[in-house]
Amino acid sequence: MINLETPRKFRAFVNQAHQVAAEMLRPNSRRYDLAEHEYPVELDMLAAMVDGLGASGTGSGAGASGVRRPSAGEEGVVNGSNLSSVLSIMEMCWGDVGLLLSMPRQGLGNSAIASVASDEQLQRFDGVWAAMAITEPDCGSDSANIQTTARLDGDDYVLNGEKIFVTAGGRCDAVVVWATLDKTLGRAAIKSFVVMKDTPGMTVERLEHKLGIRASDTATIRFENCRVPRSNLLGTADIDKGFAGVMQTFDNTRPLVAAMAVGCARASLELTRDLLAEAGVHVDYDRPIHLQPAAAATYLSMEADWEAAYLLTLQAAWMADNAQPNSLQASIAKAKAGRTANDITLRCVELTGTLGYSEHELLEKWSRDSKILDIFEGTQQIQQLIIARRLLGKTSAELK
Amino acid sequence: MSLQEKTRGRRDAIGVGVALLNKLARWRAIDRFGLRKPAERVVFEATKTGFRTAGALSRRFSAATKLTGPSRLPAAKGTGRFDLTPTEDQQMMVDVVRSFASDVLRPAASAADTACATEAKVLESSAELGLSLIEVPEELGGIVTERSAMTGVLVAEALAYGDMGQAVACLAPSAVSTAISLWGDETQQATYLPSFTGSSVPAAALALVEPRPVFDPFSVRTRFTGGLLNGVKSLVPRGAEAELFVIGAQTDAGPRLFVVEADHPGVVIEAEPSMGLRAASLSRVILTDVPAVPLGSLDDYAECVRLSRLGWCALALGTARAVLDYVTPYVNSREAFGEPISHRQSVAFMVANIGIELEGMKLVTYRAGSRATQGLSFAREVALARRLCTEKGMQIGTDGVQLLGGHGFVKEHPVERWYRDLRAIGVMEGAVLV
Repeated sequence: MINLETPRKFRAFVNQAHQVAAEMLRPNSRRYDLAEHEYPVELDMLAAMVDGLGASGTGSGAGASGVRRPSAGEEGVVNGSNLSSVLSIMEMCWGDVGLLLSMPRQGLGNSAIASVASDEQLQRFDGVWAAMAITEPDCGSDSANIQTTARLDGDDYVLNGEKIFVTAGGRCDAVVVWATLDKTLGRAAIKSFVVMKDTPGMTVERLEHKLGIRASDTATIRFENCRVPRSNLLGTADIDKGFAGVMQTFDNTRPLVAAMAVGCARASLELTRDLLAEAGVHVDYDRPIHLQPAAAATYLSMEADWEAAYLLTLQAAWMADNAQPNSLQASIAKAKAGRTANDITLRCVELTGTLGYSEHELLEKWSRDSKILDIFEGTQQIQQLIIARRLLGKTSAELK
Repeated sequence: MSLQEKTRGRRDAIGVGVALLNKLARWRAIDRFGLRKPAERVVFEATKTGFRTAGALSRRFSAATKLTGPSRLPAAKGTGRFDLTPTEDQQMMVDVVRSFASDVLRPAASAADTACATEAKVLESSAELGLSLIEVPEELGGIVTERSAMTGVLVAEALAYGDMGQAVACLAPSAVSTAISLWGDETQQATYLPSFTGSSVPAAALALVEPRPVFDPFSVRTRFTGGLLNGVKSLVPRGAEAELFVIGAQTDAGPRLFVVEADHPGVVIEAEPSMGLRAASLSRVILTDVPAVPLGSLDDYAECVRLSRLGWCALALGTARAVLDYVTPYVNSREAFGEPISHRQSVAFMVANIGIELEGMKLVTYRAGSRATQGLSFAREVALARRLCTEKGMQIGTDGVQLLGGHGFVKEHPVERWYRDLRAIGVMEGAVLV
């Protein structure tokens, strides 16, 4: 039966996440935006609480472990951890995207581990805070072209290369690193490795100063003859089953980033609506849009786009829960949510004037934060390429 | 001379002739003495603006047996789970309607567009599908035991995939049966519904929109005073053959719905061929001192407006999907500069954006339909769906033509028709109901 409401069994848990966002993240939002690179100590306590929630089986705070695909056999329609993860992330990012990205043990690296790790690895890396390292100085969207190498030497892989834009790279316990086993073999030779922070040969070189999500640290990490146990290679070492494996991570993590965008945009919409109401502008859902003030009409258009982004995100997660292939829908959700959040947050600043532009409110911050959500985990343009190739049945060689 | 004066101009010889004909047609005596020939309806279908006809009449509506109170469909009970899977019944219905849309509506679309009419046998077979039974309770001869707006959405979407104009023509009677089923009292239900559940479903139409800029269905000019309706309704599907109308009109307390039988001399139908939806034989309905009975309450009127908007969103989904499925093989096979044009990002990204926005429109519309079915509030969700389907639907329509270039502009391809049809979303109020 078609139903797009929040599942009944998740309602209490979503409310919990909202309380955390409202009482813990929001009050610290401006502080860590201004004090970039300062460690948000409040999060340690919060993480412990989220671990507690996870143990009680209600899903995870930032969806780190939540994106593992279910094994077949469950009866009927499943509302599982993928769905609970995006719902939770939406609430937390309504609070603060940067702080969510700094939540201990909830990194995108954890999602990667959850997506592709073996059961043994999953157990071994339990409780590890893992960041994700893909981008390099000369390689961004064309992730098949990465230059970091992993050479097998005895029971170790030896890693060499430089990774940039590693979210939580400074604070995490481990980094999931993409590296190639053989540059001549192209994408099939790309594998991901879990590298613990204390591994010799791995150095955090610097932290970036950014436009937004300043509460989250973004690191540059260098690997020089860094030896990693061969058992830390995620998934299979088989070269013919290569790239699809690491790329599969994205089917699970893109809905999470879409959820961040949905949460951030909702924060902007809600505050803007309150401020407009104080100014005497009310939104009417029944009256034709062209008979309402331009600000209300703009608001309605933004809310409509938001609703689409929100439901597309839920759809992608729901499909993952039900073991349906969702590459297309994951990219659609990411594309729509990324551009919509950026557009909404910026237009909300325009609608609210100096209230929105000044640091009195968080609207200006949200419109700085939102920009990254249309960039990381695959830019808008990369999502469009993926969607177009899927719809048109084209390979990456045909549609470049 | 200003541009306005120029375009308005003076009436020329032909114009005078037409104006005379116009007056003649309005002369009621012709009808009373049976002078009007059946052939005139054929003239009407050929649609020259200004030709008029009287309301159609062929049957007498009367209450045979009635219940002691109105029959009301209860809200469907939700499962509490997020789910995008239709029920088995819905899937069966949609499968049947889909093959009807692709086997019957799509092949007939171009001719119906040109003729400004949907063929009688198409209308008959659509009635056989039971379109007007979807919202009528079992105890009144329908097929449902609970609210089924979501089924209505899926059916309208599937029909419009074939052709939006004919879909509107086919769905017009069910808008009336649905309205009477949802909001009629026991007398109205007993009087009218048996015709819609019988073997020959009458032409009937739900008329809300009026001809003026920034029309607001919550402030209409058609008025109900002293038991009589006066006003003009616009873009009424199959108005000339309709035997029954549900009309929105202003009362002192606010707008309400009214049931009007078409055979009153104060009902005049005027052809109103438009940019698209031509197969729906769009008409104006002019009401002069027409007796009418209220149908439902002020709140029911608001719900009617919302459910009708929802129906138009569903139609937009079907047509937009038709665009995507048509342009996809086209851009893959059309070559320029030595390769398929789909190998260019400027082309491929347009297709991607159609895919992205269509998927969003669909989910937002489904959420509204599902909430209506479950008896939850849905004004907000309908408003958002309407916004999206109006804006993105039209964008998809215009991109569909653009992707075919000059070929999209000529009638050898259906994209120009879909472009015209999709402009109706956001303009239309009434006519369909889920």
